[in-house]
Amino acid sequence: MALPARADLERRGLLVVPGFVDLHAHLREPGFEDSETIATGARAALRGGFTTVCAMPNTEPPIDSAGLVAELMAKGAAADAARVLPIACITRGRRGADLADLVELARAGAVAFSDDGSPVSDSRLFRSALEYAQVAGRVVIEHPQDVSLSGNGVMHEGAASAGLGLPGMPAAAEETAVARDLALARLTGARLHLTHLSTRAAIELVRQAKADGLAVTADVTPHHLALTDEWVSGSRRFAWEGSEEDARQGAAIPYDPNTKVNPPLRTRADVEACWAGLRDGTIDAIATDHAPHASIRKEVEYQDAAFGISGLETALPLMLAGVSAGRAPLETVLRALSEAPRRILGLADTGDWIAIDRDAEWTVDALELGSKGKNTPLLGRRLTGRVVIAVVNGKVRYDAGASAAFA
Amino acid sequence: MTVATWARRHVLSTEDWSRDEIELVLENTSAMTEVLSRPVRRAPPLRGRTVVLFFAEASTRTRVSFELAAKALSADVVNISAAGSSVEKGETLLDTVRTLDALGGDVIVMRHSASGAPYFVAARTTAAVINAGDGWHAHPTQGLLDAYTLRAALGDLAGRRIVVVGDVLHSRVARSDIHTLVPLGASITLSGPPTLMPSAWRCGALPPGVTYEPDLDRALDGAAAVIALRLQRERAESGLLPSLREYARTWGLNEARVARMRPDAPVMHPGPMNEGIEIEASVAHGARSLIAAQVTNGVAVRMALLYLLAGHPS
Repeated sequence: MALPARADLERRGLLVVPGFVDLHAHLREPGFEDSETIATGARAALRGGFTTVCAMPNTEPPIDSAGLVAELMAKGAAADAARVLPIACITRGRRGADLADLVELARAGAVAFSDDGSPVSDSRLFRSALEYAQVAGRVVIEHPQDVSLSGNGVMHEGAASAGLGLPGMPAAAEETAVARDLALARLTGARLHLTHLSTRAAIELVRQAKADGLAVTADVTPHHLALTDEWVSGSRRFAWEGSEEDARQGAAIPYDPNTKVNPPLRTRADVEACWAGLRDGTIDAIATDHAPHASIRKEVEYQDAAFGISGLETALPLMLAGVSAGRAPLETVLRALSEAPRRILGLADTGDWIAIDRDAEWTVDALELGSKGKNTPLLGRRLTGRVVIAVVNGKVRYDAGASAAFA
Repeated sequence: MTVATWARRHVLSTEDWSRDEIELVLENTSAMTEVLSRPVRRAPPLRGRTVVLFFAEASTRTRVSFELAAKALSADVVNISAAGSSVEKGETLLDTVRTLDALGGDVIVMRHSASGAPYFVAARTTAAVINAGDGWHAHPTQGLLDAYTLRAALGDLAGRRIVVVGDVLHSRVARSDIHTLVPLGASITLSGPPTLMPSAWRCGALPPGVTYEPDLDRALDGAAAVIALRLQRERAESGLLPSLREYARTWGLNEARVARMRPDAPVMHPGPMNEGIEIEASVAHGARSLIAAQVTNGVAVRMALLYLLAGHPS
């Protein structure tokens, strides 16, 4: 189809902005194709406004060789949807024991390194990774979590977990890991990116580190900016909403496994700190941590359910709702979704763009999500804001159909 | 509230119950104790109804209590007790629910090691679900039988301070006692090792009507009753306690400790007891002990709930 003129779309009230870049998503292929494939993930990304999506390497096998990187890129190109960029493992097999061939992985096309989901707990090895990644010219993305402290926790440790009788992960499990990671960044002088920060004190540590001049960047997820641990107890109000919203929406059944995510949904104070971090630049980017799961891994007892929220297609409306509630200016959110992640990864501007209908209301429906992962606690929720057109590489790769009305 | 205005389909937790609902169960429990005192302990209200006992976690006492309760109301009883967990058998909880629902029981009484499992089942069946204990979360029939037993011993619970001592963190009994006794006007003092207390509660974010006093002697001073919780022996091995011996000395109920309470103050325990650890034998079987009454009342409470959920024309 012919490329619509941006000025025409703007005249018709659409918001035309640079395409979003998701520096943290799980596309599950190879190994877990019942949860997502590169093709379905890349299409879901486009529907959410992400013209570039970075795939985390915790697949089976994990992406720790040049051949696997190349295969992933080929599948991404074949999907003809969002650009798919591979993130490769820090350690061979994500086992946290020895470094993967980082230079070779970078040459093959890996845009960053991460053992996401399994933090590198050996501090000496993580030091080596930070130092060595500099030669490869790629950033290390760390999932900060002290797993000995988070133990068998399945949600945030606090008043909600106490009432529900679920084992908790204390905020301190993130904070001790962030403190260590920052100390190693200081030691090595290396670039470090901390992903999905979720606690007030962790964000404060990053704020201090940035003030000290460390080359550290950070992201938060839309769900940590909008939802709280009360959602596990059945609340369905956004962090900025009052109790009347629960009365209006009707509270959900408690123990919904779709609220189970790592790091866990935190308290209102933590959510407010995430927004404050975004506003003052402590938090550079918004990343989805899109974690689709087949229903067989979610429709089980809470303690046995897989961690993760399917997030590519709900990120934009969640963030627009936060903007409407006065949590951050629109420009800040848009920058955190596009320019900031591009800068963190050192990617060139490809000129991809999207058009957003800020007023479009829609209901999150499992059957209509592009992702195979229907695991979001937002199912059934009315949201506002939708991508209408996504242009990648000068071609319209997603068109919600509504664009015809604007043509 | 009357039997006719009772509107609950399930008994999953008493946390969101009104005082009226709790009172109605206690009133009906009283009526059921009368049935149990007859020479032939049987009444007809659940004739033709099927009660499925689904115990995915080992429990003899609670299962037998429910079985006696169901039979005393003339229900047919089916036992589905999983030896190991359903996961070990290769059967998911979802499979089990579909089977239970297809079997067409009227009431599913379930015990499960996962907190929240009864909510999962209740959302997927047309049967009434009674939670007979889920993980660390709730054991509503225990809370109700404790309330009934305390009422019988002490009368009105308004202004009464009841001590709950032990492993509160992992205790569904503690949570259900809080959610049943506080609405009846009692206050609860939790005591026990800080490592076995939910951190939010230890740090002051306690539920309404509840306080935490790590020093058991101080907690017991002037208390109206004490409920000792069972201590799982593996807590010492998992680094949460130095030793069982230290636990027994610091938080075990003995004669000297219980004497700090009011003269009429009873001692309770949900069972099964580790005598010599959380409670000394002389206290467990002494004059203050209501532990046997708890077991007896348990059957009557469960009869009352079965009756309210399935035993009257609605």
